[in-house]
Amino acid sequence: MIRIPCPFCGTRDHSEFSYGGDATVIYPPLDAAATDWIEAVFQRDNIDGVQFESWQHLHGCRMWIIVERDTCTHEILSVRPADDAIARALTIASAHPGGPA
Amino acid sequence: MKRYSAWSVFFNGLTGQRNWDRAWRDSEPRREYDIVIVGAGLHGLATAFYLAKNHGLGNIAVLEKGWLGGGNAGRNTTIVRSNYMMPGNRAFYEHSLKLWENLSHELNFNVMFSQRAHVSLLHSPAARDSAARRYNTMRLTGADGELWDLATLKRNIPHLNYSPDARFPITGAAVQPRAGTARHDAVAWGYARAADQCGVDIIQNCEVTGVTRDGGQVTDLHTSRGLIGGKKIGFAVAGNTSRLWRMAGLGKLPIETHKLQAFVSEPLKPLLDQVVVFGVGGTHFYISQSDKGGMVFGGDLDWYKSYAQRGNLPLVQDVSECATSILPCLGRVRLLRHWAGVMDMSMDGSPFICKTPLTNLYLNAGWNYGGFKASPASGWYFADLIANDRADPVIANHNLQRFEQGINLDERGAGPDPKLHG
Repeated sequence: MIRIPCPFCGTRDHSEFSYGGDATVIYPPLDAAATDWIEAVFQRDNIDGVQFESWQHLHGCRMWIIVERDTCTHEILSVRPADDAIARALTIASAHPGGPA
Repeated sequence: MKRYSAWSVFFNGLTGQRNWDRAWRDSEPRREYDIVIVGAGLHGLATAFYLAKNHGLGNIAVLEKGWLGGGNAGRNTTIVRSNYMMPGNRAFYEHSLKLWENLSHELNFNVMFSQRAHVSLLHSPAARDSAARRYNTMRLTGADGELWDLATLKRNIPHLNYSPDARFPITGAAVQPRAGTARHDAVAWGYARAADQCGVDIIQNCEVTGVTRDGGQVTDLHTSRGLIGGKKIGFAVAGNTSRLWRMAGLGKLPIETHKLQAFVSEPLKPLLDQVVVFGVGGTHFYISQSDKGGMVFGGDLDWYKSYAQRGNLPLVQDVSECATSILPCLGRVRLLRHWAGVMDMSMDGSPFICKTPLTNLYLNAGWNYGGFKASPASGWYFADLIANDRADPVIANHNLQRFEQGINLDERGAGPDPKLHG
Protein backbone atom coordinates (compact mmCIF):
# COMPACT_ATOMS: atom_id res chain seq x y z
CA MET A 1 0.00 0.00 0.00
CA ILE A 2 1.27 3.46 -0.88
CA ARG A 3 0.34 6.10 1.72
CA ILE A 4 -0.37 9.46 0.07
CA PRO A 5 -0.35 12.64 2.20
CA CYS A 6 -3.39 14.46 0.80
CA PRO A 7 -2.96 18.23 1.33
CA PHE A 8 -6.61 18.46 2.39
CA CYS A 9 -7.37 15.22 4.26
CA GLY A 10 -4.03 14.04 5.63
CA THR A 11 -2.24 10.77 4.91
CA ARG A 12 -4.47 8.10 3.39
CA ASP A 13 -4.13 4.71 1.65
CA HIS A 14 -3.63 4.88 -2.11
CA SER A 15 -6.73 2.74 -2.57
CA GLU A 16 -8.76 5.89 -1.74
CA PHE A 17 -7.21 7.58 -4.76
CA SER A 18 -7.51 7.17 -8.51
CA TYR A 19 -4.33 7.41 -10.61
CA GLY A 20 -4.46 10.06 -13.31
CA GLY A 21 -1.15 9.90 -15.15
CA ASP A 22 1.86 11.95 -16.16
CA ALA A 23 1.21 15.44 -14.72
CA THR A 24 3.74 17.14 -16.98
CA VAL A 25 1.62 16.63 -20.09
CA ILE A 26 0.30 19.99 -21.26
CA TYR A 27 -2.71 19.81 -23.53
CA PRO A 28 -2.50 22.23 -26.45
CA PRO A 29 -5.22 24.77 -27.41
CA LEU A 30 -8.23 23.27 -29.19
CA ASP A 31 -7.17 24.76 -32.52
CA ALA A 32 -3.57 23.50 -32.28
CA ALA A 33 -2.11 21.28 -35.00
CA ALA A 34 -3.02 17.57 -34.95
CA THR A 35 0.63 16.66 -34.35
CA ASP A 36 0.58 18.62 -31.05
CA TRP A 37 -2.53 16.73 -29.93
CA ILE A 38 -1.06 13.34 -30.93
CA GLU A 39 2.00 14.19 -28.85
CA ALA A 40 -0.10 15.17 -25.81
CA VAL A 41 -2.64 12.34 -25.98
CA PHE A 42 -0.47 9.37 -27.00
CA GLN A 43 3.22 10.00 -26.27
CA ARG A 44 4.71 9.47 -22.80
CA ASP A 45 8.16 9.76 -21.21
CA ASN A 46 7.34 6.74 -19.01
CA ILE A 47 10.04 7.71 -16.51
CA ASP A 48 11.76 5.04 -14.43
CA GLY A 49 12.51 7.20 -11.41
CA VAL A 50 11.02 10.37 -9.95
CA GLN A 51 8.04 11.74 -11.87
CA PHE A 52 5.20 14.19 -11.26
CA GLU A 53 1.84 12.48 -11.60
CA SER A 54 -1.79 13.37 -10.95
CA TRP A 55 -4.05 11.49 -8.56
CA GLN A 56 -7.66 12.21 -7.57
CA HIS A 57 -8.72 11.64 -3.98
CA LEU A 58 -11.82 9.87 -5.27
CA HIS A 59 -13.03 8.41 -1.97
CA GLY A 60 -12.06 11.49 0.06
CA CYS A 61 -12.15 15.19 -0.83
CA ARG A 62 -12.33 14.42 -4.59
CA MET A 63 -9.59 16.98 -5.24
CA TRP A 64 -6.92 16.43 -7.90
CA ILE A 65 -3.39 16.51 -6.52
CA ILE A 66 0.11 16.39 -8.00
CA VAL A 67 2.33 13.73 -6.42
CA GLU A 68 6.10 13.57 -6.90
CA ARG A 69 6.85 9.84 -6.71
CA ASP A 70 9.63 7.43 -7.56
CA THR A 71 8.15 4.84 -9.93
CA CYS A 72 10.83 2.27 -8.99
CA THR A 73 10.58 2.50 -5.18
CA HIS A 74 7.11 4.14 -4.73
CA GLU A 75 8.67 6.73 -2.37
CA ILE A 76 6.68 9.97 -2.33
CA LEU A 77 8.78 13.14 -2.31
CA SER A 78 6.14 15.89 -2.41
CA VAL A 79 2.41 16.48 -2.79
CA ARG A 80 0.52 19.62 -3.78
CA PRO A 81 -2.94 20.54 -5.05
CA ALA A 82 -3.24 20.38 -8.83
CA ASP A 83 -4.94 23.78 -8.89
CA ASP A 84 -2.24 26.44 -8.55
CA ALA A 85 -4.61 29.01 -7.00
CA ILE A 86 -5.56 26.56 -4.24
CA ALA A 87 -1.90 25.66 -3.73
CA ARG A 88 -1.10 29.39 -3.29
CA ALA A 89 -4.01 29.85 -0.89
CA LEU A 90 -2.83 26.88 1.20
CA THR A 91 0.70 28.31 1.32
CA ILE A 92 -0.62 31.68 2.55
CA ALA A 93 -2.87 29.98 5.09
CA SER A 94 0.00 27.92 6.48
CA ALA A 95 2.21 31.02 6.71
CA HIS A 96 -0.53 32.83 8.69
CA PRO A 97 -2.16 30.19 10.88
CA GLY A 98 -4.16 32.82 12.81
CA GLY A 99 -5.89 34.07 9.67
CA PRO A 100 -5.02 36.86 7.20
CA ALA A 101 -2.50 39.31 8.65
CA MET B 1 23.07 -31.96 -29.12
CA LYS B 2 20.92 -35.05 -28.70
CA ARG B 3 17.27 -35.03 -29.58
CA TYR B 4 14.94 -35.74 -26.70
CA SER B 5 12.86 -38.89 -27.21
CA ALA B 6 11.25 -41.71 -25.29
CA TRP B 7 14.43 -43.68 -25.96
CA SER B 8 16.66 -40.95 -24.43
CA VAL B 9 14.48 -40.88 -21.30
CA PHE B 10 14.74 -44.68 -21.07
CA PHE B 11 18.51 -44.77 -21.68
CA ASN B 12 19.27 -41.99 -19.20
CA GLY B 13 17.01 -43.65 -16.66
CA LEU B 14 19.17 -46.79 -16.89
CA THR B 15 22.43 -44.83 -16.57
CA GLY B 16 21.59 -42.77 -13.51
CA GLN B 17 20.66 -39.56 -15.41
CA ARG B 18 24.40 -38.77 -15.79
CA ASN B 19 24.54 -38.50 -19.57
CA TRP B 20 22.24 -35.59 -20.36
CA ASP B 21 23.86 -32.75 -22.33
CA ARG B 22 23.51 -29.10 -21.38
CA ALA B 23 20.29 -27.81 -22.92
CA TRP B 24 22.09 -24.73 -24.29
CA ARG B 25 25.61 -23.30 -24.26
CA ASP B 26 26.63 -20.54 -21.86
CA SER B 27 28.00 -18.29 -24.61
CA GLU B 28 30.68 -15.64 -24.19
CA PRO B 29 29.77 -12.45 -26.02
CA ARG B 30 31.65 -11.65 -29.22
CA ARG B 31 32.34 -8.12 -30.40
CA GLU B 32 30.24 -8.21 -33.56
CA TYR B 33 27.12 -10.01 -34.67
CA ASP B 34 24.90 -9.75 -37.73
CA ILE B 35 21.79 -9.54 -35.55
CA VAL B 36 21.54 -8.71 -31.84
CA ILE B 37 18.23 -9.18 -30.00
CA VAL B 38 18.01 -7.43 -26.62
CA GLY B 39 15.91 -9.43 -24.17
CA ALA B 40 15.95 -13.23 -23.81
CA GLY B 41 12.34 -13.49 -22.81
CA LEU B 42 9.94 -15.62 -24.80
CA HIS B 43 9.68 -13.01 -27.57
CA GLY B 44 13.43 -12.49 -27.96
CA LEU B 45 14.21 -16.20 -27.91
CA ALA B 46 11.39 -17.00 -30.35
CA THR B 47 12.65 -14.25 -32.65
CA ALA B 48 16.18 -15.67 -32.66
CA PHE B 49 14.85 -19.18 -33.31
CA TYR B 50 12.67 -18.15 -36.26
CA LEU B 51 15.44 -15.92 -37.70
CA ALA B 52 17.59 -19.03 -37.89
CA LYS B 53 14.91 -21.55 -38.81
CA ASN B 54 12.59 -19.63 -41.16
CA HIS B 55 15.14 -17.30 -42.72
CA GLY B 56 18.36 -19.32 -42.55
CA LEU B 57 20.26 -16.52 -40.84
CA GLY B 58 23.25 -17.01 -38.56
CA ASN B 59 25.61 -15.00 -36.36
CA ILE B 60 22.80 -14.01 -33.97
CA ALA B 61 23.03 -13.09 -30.28
CA VAL B 62 20.30 -12.69 -27.66
CA LEU B 63 21.27 -10.51 -24.67
CA GLU B 64 19.59 -10.96 -21.29
CA LYS B 65 20.19 -8.70 -18.30
CA GLY B 66 19.25 -11.37 -15.75
CA TRP B 67 18.77 -15.06 -16.23
CA LEU B 68 16.79 -16.81 -18.91
CA GLY B 69 13.08 -16.86 -18.14
CA GLY B 70 13.48 -14.57 -15.11
CA GLY B 71 11.43 -11.65 -16.35
CA ASN B 72 7.83 -11.71 -17.52
CA ALA B 73 8.38 -15.22 -18.96
CA GLY B 74 8.18 -16.36 -15.35
CA ARG B 75 5.59 -13.81 -14.22
CA ASN B 76 2.37 -14.65 -16.03
CA THR B 77 -0.66 -16.92 -15.77
CA THR B 78 0.30 -19.00 -18.86
CA ILE B 79 -3.02 -18.55 -20.69
CA VAL B 80 -3.04 -19.11 -24.46
CA ARG B 81 -6.06 -18.03 -26.54
CA SER B 82 -6.90 -16.22 -29.78
CA ASN B 83 -10.29 -14.64 -29.04
CA TYR B 84 -9.41 -11.24 -30.49
CA MET B 85 -11.64 -9.27 -32.82
CA MET B 86 -9.75 -6.34 -34.36
CA PRO B 87 -8.37 -6.74 -37.90
CA GLY B 88 -4.69 -7.66 -37.63
CA ASN B 89 -4.95 -8.87 -34.03
CA ARG B 90 -7.33 -11.61 -35.13
CA ALA B 91 -4.99 -13.14 -37.72
CA PHE B 92 -1.97 -12.53 -35.53
CA TYR B 93 -3.23 -14.33 -32.42
CA GLU B 94 -4.77 -17.16 -34.43
CA HIS B 95 -1.41 -17.70 -36.14
CA SER B 96 0.13 -17.78 -32.66
CA LEU B 97 -2.37 -20.40 -31.47
CA LYS B 98 -1.57 -22.55 -34.51
CA LEU B 99 2.15 -22.30 -33.70
CA TRP B 100 1.38 -23.30 -30.09
CA GLU B 101 -0.42 -26.40 -31.33
CA ASN B 102 2.78 -27.71 -32.91
CA LEU B 103 5.33 -26.08 -30.62
CA SER B 104 6.41 -29.13 -28.61
CA HIS B 105 7.22 -31.01 -31.83
CA GLU B 106 8.85 -28.02 -33.47
CA LEU B 107 11.15 -27.37 -30.50
CA ASN B 108 11.61 -31.05 -29.52
CA PHE B 109 10.75 -29.87 -26.02
CA ASN B 110 7.50 -30.58 -24.19
CA VAL B 111 5.96 -27.15 -23.50
CA MET B 112 2.99 -28.96 -21.90
CA PHE B 113 0.47 -27.08 -24.04
CA SER B 114 -2.93 -28.13 -22.78
CA GLN B 115 -5.93 -27.15 -24.91
CA ARG B 116 -8.40 -27.29 -22.05
CA ALA B 117 -10.73 -24.50 -23.30
CA HIS B 118 -11.04 -20.85 -22.28
CA VAL B 119 -14.43 -20.17 -20.72
CA SER B 120 -15.57 -16.54 -20.34
CA LEU B 121 -18.60 -16.38 -18.07
CA LEU B 122 -21.60 -14.34 -19.26
CA HIS B 123 -24.05 -12.64 -16.94
CA SER B 124 -26.56 -10.76 -19.10
CA PRO B 125 -28.25 -10.82 -22.52
CA ALA B 126 -26.13 -7.83 -23.56
CA ALA B 127 -22.93 -9.67 -22.66
CA ARG B 128 -24.17 -12.68 -24.65
CA ASP B 129 -24.89 -10.52 -27.71
CA SER B 130 -21.46 -8.92 -27.47
CA ALA B 131 -19.79 -12.33 -27.12
CA ALA B 132 -21.79 -13.68 -30.09
CA ARG B 133 -20.53 -10.82 -32.22
CA ARG B 134 -16.92 -11.35 -31.14
CA TYR B 135 -16.90 -15.13 -31.45
CA ASN B 136 -18.73 -15.10 -34.80
CA THR B 137 -16.16 -12.61 -36.09
CA MET B 138 -13.43 -14.97 -34.92
CA ARG B 139 -15.06 -17.96 -36.62
CA LEU B 140 -15.23 -16.06 -39.91
CA THR B 141 -11.44 -15.81 -39.88
CA GLY B 142 -10.69 -19.38 -38.93
CA ALA B 143 -10.54 -19.35 -35.13
CA ASP B 144 -12.89 -21.48 -33.08
CA GLY B 145 -15.53 -20.19 -30.69
CA GLU B 146 -18.75 -21.42 -29.10
CA LEU B 147 -21.52 -20.08 -26.92
CA TRP B 148 -22.54 -22.34 -24.05
CA ASP B 149 -25.96 -22.10 -22.49
CA LEU B 150 -26.31 -22.55 -18.74
CA ALA B 151 -27.03 -26.30 -18.95
CA THR B 152 -23.87 -26.95 -21.00
CA LEU B 153 -21.79 -24.82 -18.67
CA LYS B 154 -23.12 -26.63 -15.59
CA ARG B 155 -22.38 -30.00 -17.20
CA ASN B 156 -18.77 -28.98 -17.91
CA ILE B 157 -18.01 -27.03 -14.72
CA PRO B 158 -20.47 -28.16 -12.04
CA HIS B 159 -19.01 -26.31 -9.06
CA LEU B 160 -19.17 -22.64 -10.06
CA ASN B 161 -21.45 -20.41 -8.01
CA TYR B 162 -24.72 -20.72 -9.98
CA SER B 163 -26.84 -19.17 -7.24
CA PRO B 164 -29.58 -16.87 -8.59
CA ASP B 165 -28.82 -14.72 -5.54
CA ALA B 166 -25.23 -14.04 -6.64
CA ARG B 167 -24.45 -10.37 -7.30
CA PHE B 168 -23.97 -11.32 -10.98
CA PRO B 169 -25.78 -14.62 -11.67
CA ILE B 170 -24.09 -16.72 -14.36
CA THR B 171 -26.24 -17.20 -17.48
CA GLY B 172 -23.82 -18.96 -19.85
CA ALA B 173 -20.35 -18.69 -21.33
CA ALA B 174 -18.36 -17.80 -24.44
CA VAL B 175 -15.85 -20.54 -25.04
CA GLN B 176 -12.76 -21.09 -27.14
CA PRO B 177 -12.15 -24.87 -27.00
CA ARG B 178 -8.65 -24.75 -28.61
CA ALA B 179 -7.37 -22.28 -26.02
CA GLY B 180 -5.61 -23.41 -22.86
CA THR B 181 -2.40 -23.14 -20.89
CA ALA B 182 1.27 -24.06 -21.31
CA ARG B 183 4.24 -24.48 -19.02
CA HIS B 184 5.95 -21.06 -19.05
CA ASP B 185 9.48 -22.21 -18.11
CA ALA B 186 9.38 -24.97 -20.70
CA VAL B 187 8.58 -22.43 -23.40
CA ALA B 188 11.63 -20.34 -22.47
CA TRP B 189 13.87 -23.40 -22.18
CA GLY B 190 12.50 -24.98 -25.34
CA TYR B 191 13.04 -21.87 -27.46
CA ALA B 192 16.49 -21.33 -25.89
CA ARG B 193 17.56 -24.90 -26.63
CA ALA B 194 16.18 -24.85 -30.17
CA ALA B 195 17.77 -21.46 -30.92
CA ASP B 196 21.07 -22.61 -29.45
CA GLN B 197 21.00 -25.68 -31.71
CA CYS B 198 20.68 -23.30 -34.66
CA GLY B 199 23.88 -21.56 -33.48
CA VAL B 200 22.34 -18.57 -31.67
CA ASP B 201 24.46 -17.19 -28.79
CA ILE B 202 22.34 -16.66 -25.67
CA ILE B 203 24.23 -14.32 -23.35
CA GLN B 204 22.90 -14.04 -19.81
CA ASN B 205 23.81 -11.47 -17.13
CA CYS B 206 24.44 -9.00 -19.95
CA GLU B 207 22.53 -5.79 -19.32
CA VAL B 208 22.45 -3.09 -21.98
CA THR B 209 23.54 0.16 -20.33
CA GLY B 210 23.90 2.43 -23.34
CA VAL B 211 23.35 2.71 -27.07
CA THR B 212 25.84 4.32 -29.46
CA ARG B 213 24.43 5.87 -32.59
CA ASP B 214 26.04 7.02 -35.78
CA GLY B 215 23.45 9.38 -37.18
CA GLY B 216 20.43 7.37 -38.20
CA GLN B 217 21.64 3.97 -37.07
CA VAL B 218 22.77 2.07 -34.02
CA THR B 219 26.41 1.02 -34.07
CA ASP B 220 27.13 -0.48 -30.66
CA LEU B 221 25.40 -1.57 -27.50
CA HIS B 222 27.22 -0.87 -24.23
CA THR B 223 26.60 -3.81 -21.95
CA SER B 224 27.71 -5.03 -18.55
CA ARG B 225 29.88 -7.50 -20.50
CA GLY B 226 31.48 -5.03 -22.87
CA LEU B 227 30.71 -3.48 -26.23
CA ILE B 228 28.60 -5.54 -28.63
CA GLY B 229 27.94 -4.44 -32.18
CA GLY B 230 25.25 -5.62 -34.56
CA LYS B 231 24.35 -4.91 -38.18
CA LYS B 232 20.71 -5.17 -37.10
CA ILE B 233 19.41 -4.67 -33.57
CA GLY B 234 16.03 -5.75 -32.17
CA PHE B 235 14.56 -4.62 -28.86
CA ALA B 236 12.24 -7.16 -27.19
CA VAL B 237 12.21 -5.93 -23.60
CA ALA B 238 8.55 -5.32 -22.77
CA GLY B 239 8.22 -3.52 -19.45
CA ASN B 240 11.53 -1.71 -19.97
CA THR B 241 11.08 -0.57 -23.56
CA SER B 242 10.99 3.13 -22.65
CA ARG B 243 14.35 2.81 -20.85
CA LEU B 244 16.11 1.41 -23.93
CA TRP B 245 14.23 3.82 -26.21
CA ARG B 246 15.66 6.73 -24.18
CA MET B 247 19.18 5.20 -24.30
CA ALA B 248 18.84 5.23 -28.08
CA GLY B 249 17.93 8.94 -27.87
CA LEU B 250 14.48 8.41 -29.35
CA GLY B 251 12.34 10.25 -26.76
CA LYS B 252 8.75 9.29 -26.02
CA LEU B 253 6.64 6.21 -26.77
CA PRO B 254 2.88 5.49 -26.63
CA ILE B 255 3.61 3.20 -23.66
CA GLU B 256 3.35 3.32 -19.86
CA THR B 257 4.85 0.68 -17.60
CA HIS B 258 2.37 -0.87 -15.17
CA LYS B 259 2.56 -3.91 -12.98
CA LEU B 260 0.32 -6.92 -13.09
CA GLN B 261 0.08 -9.46 -10.30
CA ALA B 262 -0.54 -13.17 -10.46
CA PHE B 263 -1.24 -15.63 -7.70
CA VAL B 264 -0.92 -19.34 -7.01
CA SER B 265 -2.59 -21.32 -4.24
CA GLU B 266 -1.43 -24.41 -2.41
CA PRO B 267 -1.71 -27.54 -4.60
CA LEU B 268 -5.15 -29.14 -4.74
CA LYS B 269 -6.49 -32.33 -6.28
CA PRO B 270 -7.94 -31.85 -9.80
CA LEU B 271 -10.63 -29.20 -9.48
CA LEU B 272 -10.80 -27.08 -12.62
CA ASP B 273 -10.21 -28.44 -16.13
CA GLN B 274 -10.63 -25.14 -18.00
CA VAL B 275 -9.41 -21.56 -17.94
CA VAL B 276 -12.32 -19.61 -16.43
CA VAL B 277 -12.69 -15.86 -16.87
CA PHE B 278 -15.00 -13.68 -14.79
CA GLY B 279 -15.37 -10.11 -15.97
CA VAL B 280 -18.46 -8.08 -15.18
CA GLY B 281 -19.32 -4.92 -13.29
CA GLY B 282 -15.75 -3.68 -13.07
CA THR B 283 -14.23 -7.01 -12.06
CA HIS B 284 -11.61 -8.83 -14.08
CA PHE B 285 -10.48 -12.28 -13.02
CA TYR B 286 -9.04 -15.40 -14.66
CA ILE B 287 -8.20 -18.76 -13.10
CA SER B 288 -6.86 -22.15 -14.10
CA GLN B 289 -5.24 -25.09 -12.35
CA SER B 290 -1.59 -25.92 -12.99
CA ASP B 291 -0.36 -29.46 -13.52
CA LYS B 292 1.08 -29.34 -10.00
CA GLY B 293 -2.41 -28.62 -8.67
CA GLY B 294 -2.00 -24.95 -7.71
CA MET B 295 -4.84 -22.64 -8.63
CA VAL B 296 -3.19 -19.97 -10.83
CA PHE B 297 -5.13 -16.73 -11.06
CA GLY B 298 -4.93 -13.01 -11.63
CA GLY B 299 -6.97 -9.89 -12.15
CA ASP B 300 -6.46 -6.22 -12.89
CA LEU B 301 -3.34 -4.09 -12.97
CA ASP B 302 -2.27 -2.34 -9.78
CA TRP B 303 -3.85 0.85 -11.22
CA TYR B 304 -0.80 3.12 -11.08
CA LYS B 305 2.37 3.32 -13.14
CA SER B 306 5.29 1.41 -11.65
CA TYR B 307 8.57 -0.27 -12.54
CA ALA B 308 8.68 -2.18 -9.22
CA GLN B 309 8.27 -5.93 -9.66
CA ARG B 310 6.16 -6.25 -6.55
CA GLY B 311 2.40 -6.08 -6.13
CA ASN B 312 0.17 -4.14 -3.75
CA LEU B 313 -2.25 -5.55 -1.21
CA PRO B 314 -5.61 -3.98 -2.26
CA LEU B 315 -5.41 -6.06 -5.46
CA VAL B 316 -4.85 -9.21 -3.42
CA GLN B 317 -8.18 -8.50 -1.75
CA ASP B 318 -9.96 -7.69 -5.03
CA VAL B 319 -8.72 -10.86 -6.72
CA SER B 320 -9.52 -13.04 -3.70
CA GLU B 321 -13.06 -11.64 -3.63
CA CYS B 322 -13.48 -12.52 -7.30
CA ALA B 323 -12.14 -16.02 -6.69
CA THR B 324 -14.55 -16.79 -3.89
CA SER B 325 -17.50 -15.21 -5.66
CA ILE B 326 -17.34 -17.61 -8.62
CA LEU B 327 -15.67 -20.55 -6.85
CA PRO B 328 -16.86 -20.40 -3.21
CA CYS B 329 -15.12 -23.76 -2.63
CA LEU B 330 -11.80 -21.86 -2.66
CA GLY B 331 -12.73 -19.97 0.50
CA ARG B 332 -10.43 -21.95 2.81
CA VAL B 333 -7.60 -22.46 0.30
CA ARG B 334 -4.30 -20.83 1.22
CA LEU B 335 -2.46 -18.51 -1.11
CA LEU B 336 1.04 -19.83 -1.68
CA ARG B 337 2.77 -17.09 -3.66
CA HIS B 338 2.03 -13.92 -5.55
CA TRP B 339 4.26 -11.95 -7.86
CA ALA B 340 4.18 -8.93 -10.14
CA GLY B 341 5.58 -8.35 -13.59
CA VAL B 342 6.04 -5.00 -15.33
CA MET B 343 4.04 -4.61 -18.52
CA ASP B 344 4.33 -2.30 -21.49
CA MET B 345 0.78 -0.93 -21.43
CA SER B 346 0.23 0.73 -24.79
CA MET B 347 -2.22 3.52 -25.57
CA ASP B 348 -4.70 1.20 -27.33
CA GLY B 349 -3.90 -2.14 -25.70
CA SER B 350 -2.23 -3.59 -28.80
CA PRO B 351 1.46 -4.31 -29.41
CA PHE B 352 4.18 -2.94 -31.69
CA ILE B 353 6.28 -5.05 -34.08
CA CYS B 354 7.78 -2.41 -36.28
CA LYS B 355 10.63 -0.44 -37.75
CA THR B 356 11.88 2.60 -35.85
CA PRO B 357 13.29 6.02 -36.77
CA LEU B 358 16.74 4.34 -36.82
CA THR B 359 17.38 2.31 -39.97
CA ASN B 360 18.86 -0.81 -38.35
CA LEU B 361 16.79 -0.82 -35.14
CA TYR B 362 13.57 -2.86 -34.84
CA LEU B 363 11.02 -2.72 -32.04
CA ASN B 364 8.96 -5.47 -30.41
CA ALA B 365 7.00 -3.97 -27.51
CA GLY B 366 3.68 -2.98 -25.98
CA TRP B 367 2.39 -6.44 -25.08
CA ASN B 368 0.02 -5.32 -22.33
CA TYR B 369 -1.59 -8.43 -20.77
CA GLY B 370 -1.14 -10.49 -23.93
CA GLY B 371 2.56 -11.30 -24.12
CA PHE B 372 2.63 -14.98 -23.17
CA LYS B 373 0.12 -16.27 -25.69
CA ALA B 374 1.61 -14.04 -28.37
CA SER B 375 5.22 -15.13 -28.04
CA PRO B 376 5.40 -17.66 -30.94
CA ALA B 377 3.75 -15.32 -33.47
CA SER B 378 5.62 -12.35 -32.05
CA GLY B 379 8.91 -14.10 -32.72
CA TRP B 380 7.66 -15.31 -36.11
CA TYR B 381 6.67 -11.86 -37.42
CA PHE B 382 9.51 -9.97 -35.70
CA ALA B 383 12.02 -12.34 -37.33
CA ASP B 384 10.29 -11.78 -40.68
CA LEU B 385 10.47 -8.00 -40.18
CA ILE B 386 14.17 -8.06 -39.27
CA ALA B 387 15.11 -10.50 -42.06
CA ASN B 388 13.18 -8.78 -44.85
CA ASP B 389 13.10 -5.18 -43.57
CA ARG B 390 9.37 -4.86 -44.25
CA ALA B 391 6.25 -5.63 -42.23
CA ASP B 392 4.12 -8.65 -43.11
CA PRO B 393 0.52 -7.58 -44.00
CA VAL B 394 -0.72 -9.19 -40.74
CA ILE B 395 1.30 -6.69 -38.67
CA ALA B 396 0.86 -3.80 -41.08
CA ASN B 397 -0.78 -1.65 -38.39
CA HIS B 398 1.24 -2.84 -35.40
CA ASN B 399 3.49 0.18 -35.68
CA LEU B 400 4.12 3.48 -33.87
CA GLN B 401 2.37 5.53 -36.56
CA ARG B 402 -1.08 4.04 -36.12
CA PHE B 403 -2.18 6.66 -33.58
CA GLU B 404 -1.55 9.61 -35.88
CA GLN B 405 -3.31 7.70 -38.66
CA GLY B 406 -6.33 6.98 -36.45
CA ILE B 407 -5.95 3.20 -36.82
CA ASN B 408 -6.04 2.40 -33.10
CA LEU B 409 -6.28 -1.34 -32.38
CA ASP B 410 -8.35 -0.87 -29.25
CA GLU B 411 -9.99 -4.25 -28.47
CA ARG B 412 -11.78 -2.91 -25.39
CA GLY B 413 -12.67 0.48 -26.79
CA ALA B 414 -11.20 1.99 -23.63
CA GLY B 415 -9.46 5.01 -25.15
CA PRO B 416 -5.90 6.30 -24.77
CA ASP B 417 -5.34 5.46 -21.10
CA PRO B 418 -2.81 2.61 -20.74
CA LYS B 419 -4.09 1.32 -17.40
CA LEU B 420 -7.55 0.62 -18.85
CA HIS B 421 -6.40 -1.94 -21.42
CA GLY B 422 -6.52 -4.95 -19.15
